[in-house]
Amino acid sequence: MQLLLRNITHHYGGRTVLDDISLTVDDGEIVCIVGPSGCGKSTLLRIAGGLEKPDQGQALLSGPAPEGSLNPLTYIFQDFALLPWRSVEGNVSLVLEDHGIAAAERKAIIADVLARTNLSDFAKALPRQLSGGMKQRVAIARALAVKPAIMLMDEPLSALDSQTRELLMDDLVALWTRERFSACYVTHNLNEAVRLGSRIIVLSRRPGRIRDVVEIDMPLAERADRLAELEPLQRRVWEIMREEAREADREISDVA
Amino acid sequence: MSHDTTRDVPAAGVSETGNQRPVPFRGGGFVHRSLGPVAPIVFLVILAIWELGSRSGFISAIALPAPSEAFGALVDLFQTGMLWKHLGASLYRLIVGWTLGSLLGIAVGLFIGLFSLARAGLLPLVSALFPVPKIALLPLFIIWFGIGEGSKVATILFGTFFPTVIATYGGVDNVDRNLIRMGQSFGLSWLSIVRKIIVPGAMPAILSGFRISASIAIVLLVAAEMIGAEFGVGAYILMAGALFALDQLIAGVALLSVIGLIIAWLIGKLEKRLLSWRT
Repeated sequence: MQLLLRNITHHYGGRTVLDDISLTVDDGEIVCIVGPSGCGKSTLLRIAGGLEKPDQGQALLSGPAPEGSLNPLTYIFQDFALLPWRSVEGNVSLVLEDHGIAAAERKAIIADVLARTNLSDFAKALPRQLSGGMKQRVAIARALAVKPAIMLMDEPLSALDSQTRELLMDDLVALWTRERFSACYVTHNLNEAVRLGSRIIVLSRRPGRIRDVVEIDMPLAERADRLAELEPLQRRVWEIMREEAREADREISDVA
Repeated sequence: MSHDTTRDVPAAGVSETGNQRPVPFRGGGFVHRSLGPVAPIVFLVILAIWELGSRSGFISAIALPAPSEAFGALVDLFQTGMLWKHLGASLYRLIVGWTLGSLLGIAVGLFIGLFSLARAGLLPLVSALFPVPKIALLPLFIIWFGIGEGSKVATILFGTFFPTVIATYGGVDNVDRNLIRMGQSFGLSWLSIVRKIIVPGAMPAILSGFRISASIAIVLLVAAEMIGAEFGVGAYILMAGALFALDQLIAGVALLSVIGLIIAWLIGKLEKRLLSWRT
């Protein structure tokens, strides 16, 4: 399944936050969107997932959803968005309960996704008992449970410390190597972008426009060992962003 | 600082020169410890001073009866079997009035929290009616609901309804918007989002609303039993007050305090059960 954004333009209270953005997320591709803070990255992702309506342009899906997909467009949030009153398995169960799946099958799906994210031992734990990295793993397990076609990831590793981030990045790469999910990955961390993205879309500061697109064709699984080759790419993206980031930093924010 | 490479220095940059003194500790205080037996001790000490004061004549028996006399009135009440009649009548009014008021309050609070139309229409009404003393409306309630149980239950019902409404819709407003967005992003139905995300998320606020409304219910109980009540702790207190039987009055007030303590304890239990997920 493909996700196409066509000429997306969006305003907040008279201010343009996104200006004529078009992009495509192909099957099995991770597209990273980077940009300085306040460039409308998260808004773009909300529009892509149908949580917000753009003022102009449209978000389109093409091709059939994969067999058995309960929620083709599935989010992973920066703050994990786990229900604190539900256990790990309860949080996964939540997204299956509205689909009329028999209890036994639901249990099987939960056990399967928890096993895939190495969480089986934590099924009964409450979110407050887990570290940030574990919480995000639960959120990933929850997303896998609905068999998404495209994952919409909104700074999924930004709330984690750098060691945990490194571990989760490895997990994501392993997961992608196995399942070839497609994803639209929003981040401000350029290291994550060059490690995970097959394409990096650099947005300018408000109003967000596409400044540049950087393609990386190195296989994802090899990137951890070829960091030196990624370094110039990361620097190139930073060069594109630097002035924008400096200006964005000096701006007074009055947009939520 | 000398940097002697031949010496075995265990920690980096440790200097042995100069007089050493510990860093002064200044991190204490501002933390509560649980001190279990303090509350009953304070209670008993006050009672003992009061009793001594009464016996020695320092506290005039006309101004304040001794605790032993009030206790005597309680024993009297127990022996004549009137205690259960009074308690039974009062608890019935409290439970029915508070339960109905709370249920209606939660329902209306959810409506105000969830629907813009309900918020626009009902919130000003709630704000206008909440501060009205329900005691002032007692004559109205008697005309509307009769001089029997109806008007008494209605007084407590209205008294507990408004604080519950306000606690509930405040709780709904405070539910993490991102959790709701998560529910929407996974395609959960509206009812599922309300049942599984909004109501549990508002539960801490609803339960602290219960604490307030339960106390208000006890306050209003006495007011409700002012008119045409034969039995009830409030009626007993008012009768004792009219006769200036101060020992009975104190006994009745003590009964109300005990009811209040038990309700607070029950709500505490409920919070432990329902809110165990909180840190």
